[in-house]
Amino acid sequence: MSPGSKPNNPKRGFQPPASRHAALNLRAGIIRAIRKFLDELDFLEVETPILISAPAPERHIEPIPASGGFLHTSPELCMKRLLAAGYQRIYQITRCFRAGERGRLHLPEFTMLEWYHAGIDYRELMRECRMLVQSVFMECGKADSIHFAGHTIKLDGQWETLSVAEAFERWAPITLEQALLAETFDLVMVEHIEPQLGTRTPSFIYNYPISMGSLARPCPDNPMLAERFEFYIGGLELANGFSELTDQHEQRKRFRNDIANRKGSEKSSSPMPERFLASLKFMPEAAGIALGVDRLVMVLGDYSEIDEVVAFTPEEVKD
Amino acid sequence: MYNASDLRKGLKILIDKEPYIIVDFQFSKPGKGQALYRCKLKNMINGITLDRTYRSVDTFEQASLEQRAMQYLYQQNNEFCFMDTENYNQVFLSSDQVGDAKNFLTDNLDVEILFFGERAIGITLPNFVNLTVTHAEPWAKGDSVAGDSKPVKVETGYLLRVPPFVQENDKITIDTRTGEYVTRVKA
Repeated sequence: MSPGSKPNNPKRGFQPPASRHAALNLRAGIIRAIRKFLDELDFLEVETPILISAPAPERHIEPIPASGGFLHTSPELCMKRLLAAGYQRIYQITRCFRAGERGRLHLPEFTMLEWYHAGIDYRELMRECRMLVQSVFMECGKADSIHFAGHTIKLDGQWETLSVAEAFERWAPITLEQALLAETFDLVMVEHIEPQLGTRTPSFIYNYPISMGSLARPCPDNPMLAERFEFYIGGLELANGFSELTDQHEQRKRFRNDIANRKGSEKSSSPMPERFLASLKFMPEAAGIALGVDRLVMVLGDYSEIDEVVAFTPEEVKD
Repeated sequence: MYNASDLRKGLKILIDKEPYIIVDFQFSKPGKGQALYRCKLKNMINGITLDRTYRSVDTFEQASLEQRAMQYLYQQNNEFCFMDTENYNQVFLSSDQVGDAKNFLTDNLDVEILFFGERAIGITLPNFVNLTVTHAEPWAKGDSVAGDSKPVKVETGYLLRVPPFVQENDKITIDTRTGEYVTRVKA
């Protein structure tokens, strides 16, 4: 099974395992369908540098140092600078890098789709996300329902949409406020809430605590919450989107906080992304979203491990 | 000392001063949240399993375990006695600790005993053992349905299926990892 099992056979080194041909075909079809959908809506496909000097200093994302800078953890900052430069609808399909993330659902190098749309907010972006996902599913021959992770998930009709607070009320043993006080938000999400999300229909969960939306705009009626959502299918987190924060002073304050937090935890020191902050002054109101392409392949092909949907895992390219 | 990022299936760590082996492991990271390491752990002394979720700041002591070559001596009530062949020290394992290995234990069998400090907690058998068949139904010639296999009992009382040609008092080789018949040993 494992391609590493016969290292003396030179042929094996050049071939992805035969069992992954179906997944790699599916992956190519999904990427074609994504481009078709976004191109038809007049989104411009862009490429931004992967090697950058200052990634967004997020508390729980660890960049991989390279050549005096870092490999980007997402193209977010450069994409937003393009918005500030006047681009209205842009998207990018690119490799992203995050140190230490390896598991059944994680690769330290993975493929991300990000798109940004000036003039809309996170609610409209949820609708756009649904349209994109549905269109990709249609192109891959799935109109009514899909089977994933042991669930039959209906695609027609209403998709589940609920706030984080509602999800806590419904499935968690404690309330959102209690979880935040006890610093067990992530734990409760993983153990009680995530397994329930998107099991009957795809699911949007929205209004995250402001502390968990470092680059998101606060809700106008409750500044403790961010206009941020996550998109799930069959318990698997597929996408994260929000109304973008365009206030450069607030953004600088949050980055300072995150940088201080990172110092406290002995993570790599992270420079302030000054060029990005300066560009925020010109950035229009917009919403943006990052969607994990590998995971979309998992959902459409009903694969339980991310290893099954890539040509090679990181372990398979270690000599 | 291990960090949370070292956790993986098969790793042995100390919890409350007892050795645990990670039998199932999952890395999770809810959207923009912290990394969580979800483990199913098995206590290597009493076999009890527990679920624990660790964060990246957590650290762990390595459970230092040691294998020693020993010989099986005898069973007394529910205890199995083993002897260190170098210093003749004797240790006991409970029936639970021996587990399925008791099906393959014969006097003076060379085994590996797992120690946690000075405490014996487990046993590893050789992959293959030879045991004598103590009871086998004679093979009814022409019985084509029974052509594949038949049940026999070996000297330890263990029951297994073997090819029809195996007879009482034959010695057979058994794979201790699967409990299955491998071959008949020529006398």
